[in-house]
Amino acid sequence: MKKFMTGNDAAALAAKLARVKVISAYPITPQTTIVEKLSEFVANGELEAEYMKVESEHSALSACVGAAATGVRTFTATSSQGLMLMSEILFVASGLRLPIVMVNVNRSLSAPLSIWCDQQDSMAVRDSGWIQLYCENNQEILDSTIQAFRIAEEMLLPVMVCFDGYILSHTTEPVEVPEQSEVDEFLPPYKYPYALDPEAPKSIGAVGVPDYYEEFKFMLQEEMLKAKEKILEVGSSFAEKFGRKYDLLECYRTNDAEIILLTAGSLAGSLKDVVDEYRQHGDRVGLIKLRAFRPFPAEELRNAVANARAVAVLEKDISPGLSGALFSDLSTALINSRNPPLLMNFICGLAGRDVSPLQIREAVKSTLEAAETGEVKNPVRWLGLRETLVGLR
Amino acid sequence: MKSIPDVELLAKGHRACAGCGCVLAIRYALKALGKNVIVSMPTGCMEVVTTPYPETAWRVPWIHVAFENAAAVASGVSRGLKVLGKRGVKSVAIGGDGGTVDIGLQALSGAAERGENILYICYDNEAYENTGIQRSGATPYGAWTTTTPVGRVKRGEDRPKKDMPAIMAAHGVPYVATASVGYPIDYIKKVKKAASIEGPTYIHVHAPCVLGWRIDSSKTIEVAKLAVLTGMWNLYEIENGVTRVTFKPPRRKPVSEYLKVQRRFRHLTNEEIMKIQQMVDEECKRFGIE
Amino acid sequence: MSLSNSTNKLLPGAVIVTPGNTEQHETGGWRSMRPVMDCGKCTGCMSCWLYCPDSAISREKPPKVDYRYCKGCGICANVCPVKAITMVPEGQK
Repeated sequence: MKKFMTGNDAAALAAKLARVKVISAYPITPQTTIVEKLSEFVANGELEAEYMKVESEHSALSACVGAAATGVRTFTATSSQGLMLMSEILFVASGLRLPIVMVNVNRSLSAPLSIWCDQQDSMAVRDSGWIQLYCENNQEILDSTIQAFRIAEEMLLPVMVCFDGYILSHTTEPVEVPEQSEVDEFLPPYKYPYALDPEAPKSIGAVGVPDYYEEFKFMLQEEMLKAKEKILEVGSSFAEKFGRKYDLLECYRTNDAEIILLTAGSLAGSLKDVVDEYRQHGDRVGLIKLRAFRPFPAEELRNAVANARAVAVLEKDISPGLSGALFSDLSTALINSRNPPLLMNFICGLAGRDVSPLQIREAVKSTLEAAETGEVKNPVRWLGLRETLVGLR
Repeated sequence: MKSIPDVELLAKGHRACAGCGCVLAIRYALKALGKNVIVSMPTGCMEVVTTPYPETAWRVPWIHVAFENAAAVASGVSRGLKVLGKRGVKSVAIGGDGGTVDIGLQALSGAAERGENILYICYDNEAYENTGIQRSGATPYGAWTTTTPVGRVKRGEDRPKKDMPAIMAAHGVPYVATASVGYPIDYIKKVKKAASIEGPTYIHVHAPCVLGWRIDSSKTIEVAKLAVLTGMWNLYEIENGVTRVTFKPPRRKPVSEYLKVQRRFRHLTNEEIMKIQQMVDEECKRFGIE
Repeated sequence: MSLSNSTNKLLPGAVIVTPGNTEQHETGGWRSMRPVMDCGKCTGCMSCWLYCPDSAISREKPPKVDYRYCKGCGICANVCPVKAITMVPEGQK
């Protein structure tokens, strides 16, 4: 049944349909309406769950860890500063191999203080051992969050579902909502094999002495790599049941593309329009929308860009002193390839700045130029920069 | 004494220092609690000495997550147990003074304010002993630690001990108590009582550290008892806001008897000892201990 | 999923499923002094059993020291109300 809802509504609804049992909630713009919605569900008996009004994000995730370790399905959501505050526990959750699902509403990081959208927050924690899935629209938010529980529980890896603050979180779109019974069939009840139980006492969180630590990190890496298959498997299973297909990435008009644009998140929607424009004029431009950022689909991307002359990575984050994260990770995937395409990085849309079709066309133009000359003098560019304010004009 | 069960829920072979007071705090707590508990523990002495992978001394379910969040983890455990309908199992957090009084205070305050059904036991060895004796908010006035050393300009800790029981009582929790490993029967009784109450309960147990307090390893219990007998550490309960002293030393000894047995206080001048005596006298007056 | 802590494949998340297996690590080698019981003096008060941080003294009269784990701290000798326990240098009878 199709309903109008915001991205945050979709996330809350997904958690409800997944029958989460312990929710820990701390508000932060622009995630707030998720925890508000969930509290309404619990208050009027629509969702039978423990709703913990924790006193910080650090405690929010810590409480999820405790609850998950007893063997119940948990959920929390955050953004930006909250994600940073709980970042210590992100690493613990993945190190302990707990299947926690969390929604991160992408928001810029202070300083300067910002409540608006960019992807700096989730990019900053890409080393934390969490699976990261990105969403283009509110349908994907609902669908990916539901799938996240199955991916997490079958891999024993925590999953972060990311989507753009305000652009999706507060924007209403039509979303096809599955029936509870259908979701129940898709998501079996959670059974954690190492649950804390006095009948079979276990110790979780021991001191990882030098003789053993490396092996545990190796195992985490191995499982993360295997998670690619699981994401595909769950995506196919979801398609079978609900009719909407999900993959590690989505290729849009890339088969014969000379220039390929790459991005993650809602920007993909805008990029599709620009791609169509260029195609109408006969330019062979395509788009890859990345859904899974961790594990990074290196092989799949290598194959997808193999025949392109240049790839333009558009992203809403920057690792000062180098480049955007998506760009550097793609570069890593292409290293050692024979004849890799030229790569360019376009930093755009920071802290909610609109990424206009004009800016995107500029990016395509620069990339076309690079493809013509066969060289890239300065791969990291900025779109929509107010150059007079930084003394560049 | 006879009612204390035989079963040891903390196994031998743990790596605690010889004479460790804190491990007794754990041992006695487990004697009081029995096997139907889930223990959440922050980083600290006890966590480190009991779980060197692949070994664990714990014969009850146990989880360690980070340094400052034992109360939050225990809260999550408590909610998980509720969801699973495991009414007979108690969520207990056991943390050191560092992980409770300083960095752990926010999570503990939040858990208390939410009325979580957890028992929080703070074992207090009065410093960050596990990392090598750095001061904590629970370090007593005048004590030497590596971050409150004795030199020309500064002479040991210059702040009084943070009053955790009062802070917990101010949250309106149903039960707060102080205890000492020198008085195990009293401590065990309090743990049993606290665990049986539904809601947040708090026990602060004084536990000497051989290396940190600079005492002979044989003196742990002697020193723990002296703390109580001199009034430097008082044993009481606060039940629904009402304070009741559970042990009154028959004739309170002068604080110097407690201080001189510990080399962390050996630099104290008579004047400084007098100041401490005054502080203790005032505190004891508050509790009605002569 | 297997549930064993052998030297075979590790369990995910470093979970330990063998409660109390620190007992495979005998800490008796730590001590430089050892407690010696004078059974004649023992009144069976059980203070030594109660106050041993390593649970290395049995709850019986007269108590027996588990020298595999005793770290030689001397608390037992210190708390014994009738001074039935003496600490002697390790290696001495």
